[in-house]
Amino acid sequence: MLAGYPLLSLTIWVPIIAGMVVLATGSDRNAPLARLLALVGAVAGLAVAWPLWSHFDAGTADMQFVEFSSWIPALNINYHLGVDGISMPLLLLNSFTTVLVVLAGWRVIETKVAQYMAAFLIMSGLINGVFAALDAMLFYVFFEAMLIPLFLVIGIWGGPRRIYAAVKFFLYTLLGSLLMLVALIYLYFQANGSFEILDFHALPLTLPVQILLFMAFFLAFAVKVPMWPVHTWLPDAHVEAPTGGSVILAAITLKIGAYGFLRFNLPITPDASHYLSGFIITLSLVAVVYIGLVALVQSDMKKLIAYSSISHMGFVTLGIFLFNTLGMEGALVQMISHGFVSAAMFLSVGVMYDRLHSRQIADYGGLANRMPVFAALLMLFSMANAGLPGTSGFVGEFMVIMAAVKVNFWYAFLAASTLILGAAYTLWMYKRVVFGAIVHDSVRTMQDLVPREFAFLAVLAVLVLATGVYPRPLTDVMSSSVANLLAHVAQSKLP
Amino acid sequence: MTHMQTLYLMVPLAPLAGAVIAGLFGWMIGRTLSHLVTIAGVAVAFVCSWLIFQDVQAGHVYNGTVYTWMTSGNVRFEVGFLIDSLTAMMMMVVTFVSLMVHVYTIGYMHDDPGYQRFFSYISLFTFSMLMLVMSNNFLQLFFGWEAVGLVSYLLIGFWFTRPTAIYANLKAFLVNRVGDFGFVLGIALVLAHFGTLDYAAVFAQAPAHAGDTINLWKGSPVSLMTAITLLLFIGAMGKSAQFPLHVWLPDSMEGPTPISALIHAATMVTAGIFMVTRMSPLFEMSQTTLSFVMVIGGITALFMGFLGIIQNDIKRVVAYSTLSQLGYMTVALGASAYSVAVFHLMTHAFFKALLFLSAGSVIIGMHHDQDIRHMGGLRKYMPVTWITSLVGSLALIGTPFFSGFYSKDNIIDAVKVAMEHGEPGAGFAYFAVLACVFVTAFYSFRMYFLVFHGKERFHRHHAENSHDEPHAQTHDDHGHGHDAHAHTPHESPLVVTVPLILLAIPSVIIGFLAIQPMLFGHYFDGVITINSTLHPAMQTLAEEFHGATAMALDSVTTLPFWLAVSGVALSWFFYMKRPDIPAAIKNRSGLLYRIMENKYGFDQFNDWFFSGGGRALGRLLWQVGDVRLIDGLAVNGSASLVGRLSMVIRRWQSGYIYHYAFAMIIGVFALLMWFVRT
Repeated sequence: MLAGYPLLSLTIWVPIIAGMVVLATGSDRNAPLARLLALVGAVAGLAVAWPLWSHFDAGTADMQFVEFSSWIPALNINYHLGVDGISMPLLLLNSFTTVLVVLAGWRVIETKVAQYMAAFLIMSGLINGVFAALDAMLFYVFFEAMLIPLFLVIGIWGGPRRIYAAVKFFLYTLLGSLLMLVALIYLYFQANGSFEILDFHALPLTLPVQILLFMAFFLAFAVKVPMWPVHTWLPDAHVEAPTGGSVILAAITLKIGAYGFLRFNLPITPDASHYLSGFIITLSLVAVVYIGLVALVQSDMKKLIAYSSISHMGFVTLGIFLFNTLGMEGALVQMISHGFVSAAMFLSVGVMYDRLHSRQIADYGGLANRMPVFAALLMLFSMANAGLPGTSGFVGEFMVIMAAVKVNFWYAFLAASTLILGAAYTLWMYKRVVFGAIVHDSVRTMQDLVPREFAFLAVLAVLVLATGVYPRPLTDVMSSSVANLLAHVAQSKLP
Repeated sequence: MTHMQTLYLMVPLAPLAGAVIAGLFGWMIGRTLSHLVTIAGVAVAFVCSWLIFQDVQAGHVYNGTVYTWMTSGNVRFEVGFLIDSLTAMMMMVVTFVSLMVHVYTIGYMHDDPGYQRFFSYISLFTFSMLMLVMSNNFLQLFFGWEAVGLVSYLLIGFWFTRPTAIYANLKAFLVNRVGDFGFVLGIALVLAHFGTLDYAAVFAQAPAHAGDTINLWKGSPVSLMTAITLLLFIGAMGKSAQFPLHVWLPDSMEGPTPISALIHAATMVTAGIFMVTRMSPLFEMSQTTLSFVMVIGGITALFMGFLGIIQNDIKRVVAYSTLSQLGYMTVALGASAYSVAVFHLMTHAFFKALLFLSAGSVIIGMHHDQDIRHMGGLRKYMPVTWITSLVGSLALIGTPFFSGFYSKDNIIDAVKVAMEHGEPGAGFAYFAVLACVFVTAFYSFRMYFLVFHGKERFHRHHAENSHDEPHAQTHDDHGHGHDAHAHTPHESPLVVTVPLILLAIPSVIIGFLAIQPMLFGHYFDGVITINSTLHPAMQTLAEEFHGATAMALDSVTTLPFWLAVSGVALSWFFYMKRPDIPAAIKNRSGLLYRIMENKYGFDQFNDWFFSGGGRALGRLLWQVGDVRLIDGLAVNGSASLVGRLSMVIRRWQSGYIYHYAFAMIIGVFALLMWFVRT
């Protein structure tokens, strides 16, 4: 019944057009209208994305909801869209997170409201494009274009050092993606003038060429994930970004890096992927342990959560490069879960920041006395961040640790250190912020959650718990695509 | 779904429903309704457990899936129940003690503003603990394992404004996570080598893997079973507070007393004992692990017992006694006397919950003063608490016919057999558990005499009331040393004393009644696996057992009995007759006393090495690695390099024509040279 509708195009263009409309409301005199239109646009975006989940055929690894039309015939560049079990959940996560971001900025953003909301809506559409594109050039366009709104969000609505952070973020990611462009053009000629990603997958390549291509893609995506040691833009970007920017950064854009590994590195250069897996796994484990320790000593809540994000993303890259079902599905589950949990953590910090205008742990203490509802929700999210069973945070980490033992006991050993480190940095922060007696008078004036804040945190709480108690729907959707990808990677592409 | 399956589901879900209602809607439905609904939930669980217990006794074992949590590849991760005699016994203990604690809480937490929250937590705990014991697979075991840890964390920090409480709960969680670190790796090894996490399937395959080895280091293979069981046992060391992961349990006394009884004495801390018993088919395959278990248990039993002697906080005495008794259970596991360990788990659950709750009753009576030096002569004012405390203490020290006697004596005998059979580590363990009989009797009756007998010391001390329980902050009619309120102790209300009496009954009789079926009958048939040729303890004990009465009567000729008697006698002499002697000993043995007062220095070491070291390392990696090297050198360094380079190059664009002309001439000259050369 949905066969006739260009669903993927809708998920891309509905938010973008909504963003244009919001932008047209112009100055802040129309801010209430801009907010309302933005919410309508975001909800509409989620509504058109929903059928992708409900009508998804989990039994096949083929691309679904495929759309194809010519874009630049001279270069054989096409508007080719489609999703599989790997990209579909991410697309839905993005559309969902956009609604959260609009709600989070509802009262907080008071200047250039229309522009702020529009930036997020347009970004949402562009990110959906990244996940849905099957043409490499189309992918590249979306991949680069989504940087612009994010750059603007940090640079305009950010904190005092926003320009430094925005430029650092932009240069870091641009540097990586330029090499990817070179790789794509090389592949274009190898594939006899085709930018089809699926054609690239079938291309036989020698090992040295594969390694060069792998490294080109690796740079682009490792920066995005971000992997150690190209991660230092993330804490700065998070600290300076407004809450909404942090949420999108953590919940969505980091996933683009991991998605890139799955869509480009593994299937296009399988031999190089195996050849270099030890290197990637090492970097991932460094991320888990080193970054976990760094997170421990942060005094800025946003920085702490940013470092914790890097550490959690270490599980994603680790899981991907273990080359077994449990590891890869674990990585995907971890991506979705991290989307929920990091969004919730950053929104929670936003809730506190809106009241006290400080991100410093030392400025809080004893919040539970004034904000019991918030304290309870933050406890849940902190436990999810620490990977407690029953929350979504556990599922992915557990799967990846289980998978790592099969490959090498010591991989699992180092990865499992997150059980201690993750609990230490998360709960120590929780203790200093929420528990204790009130020491600062400013905390005494803090009010508990307003209904709008309660709504978005409660929805996330439900998702975190539901995914933790019953993750099966998620893994069922992924299984065919993951099996297909693993089978593909297991075959050598050496000519 | 059959009727029994409905019952199985009811057991964990009824307390969960109570917890959810009291937790989410407690503010709406009020205090009375909150405690009614949670108590009803646990009561339903208790009744269902009783019915299930009867059914299991009739020979019905259930092993089935509730739902599939997740599938990945060809592995199914499931939530399911295994209902056999071990599970049924644990369900009875958990629901009964939990029910008693729920009722008791009405009295104990009467004035606390977090009343509903407290009931919600203890019901949530009951749910988690039941999921743990009812599990039929490792995954759900880990779920319950972590969930009880979470609730323990929440409850230790229940009075979250107190710095000591929120220090203790973080410490408890992190130390438990160290154990879980091993536990999760053990589970991962099971999955990697067995391809399933289902108990039955793993146990069935285990014999085939007996000789397997894994290469942890190149060229030095390790027995797979040893690796798995050691890692699993590390988990048990965290949860069951075994040396050196014991450090969290004494501090957990910062929580309200009802949860000290329920979580930190009767149920949660015994999860490790339960787990090892459940895994007996695996543990039986590694003598290395069993010896390790025995030694760890021995160390915990004896050295934690010593610390019980010098504690002055009534709850801490009981806490160290719990550590010591957990050591006993662990020793029994190591001697392959799994059923004895579980038997002691059960008797201990009753008498230790009793001791904690009566300690709580004393604390109520003393207006929240916990220092036993401020008590004395309370038997006149609190007769019910006095008698029930005496019963608990007698059971704890192993008085013949009391429940603790049967379980503890069998542990000692089992280790003795293990020692005579030459199992490594058993010699030390035997010495430890034997010596600890004396220590246990001494510290138990030191407390008993100081609290209930002798001079009344509370009148002198009420001015420096120690406020170890923080009710003081929430309602000021207790404590703060104001004299308007009479500080004469008083007996606690019925909701407190009735649970004490109901717990005192099994503390006396359960050992006598249950020893025959549980240890030497067929109760645990098909649940516990013992390799009797290698580990003959249980077989030998069964041959020597001639009924519960005979065992108790014979015991008066044995060493443990006289050790206990002399412990009681010495404490009577020291604390009733000549209180100057312990004071003199304390002054003379300065260093030894200081070591013991610092709890052997573990807390200081952990704070310095792990906590401080971790933060120092984190700061180093951050400041040197991230800030200086990556950002300073690589990122901003390359940016400033570009900047500096362009500063240099910019100078060349001077704008003077003769500069450009000169450069051109040099360029042309250089080109000419090049062409001339080739």
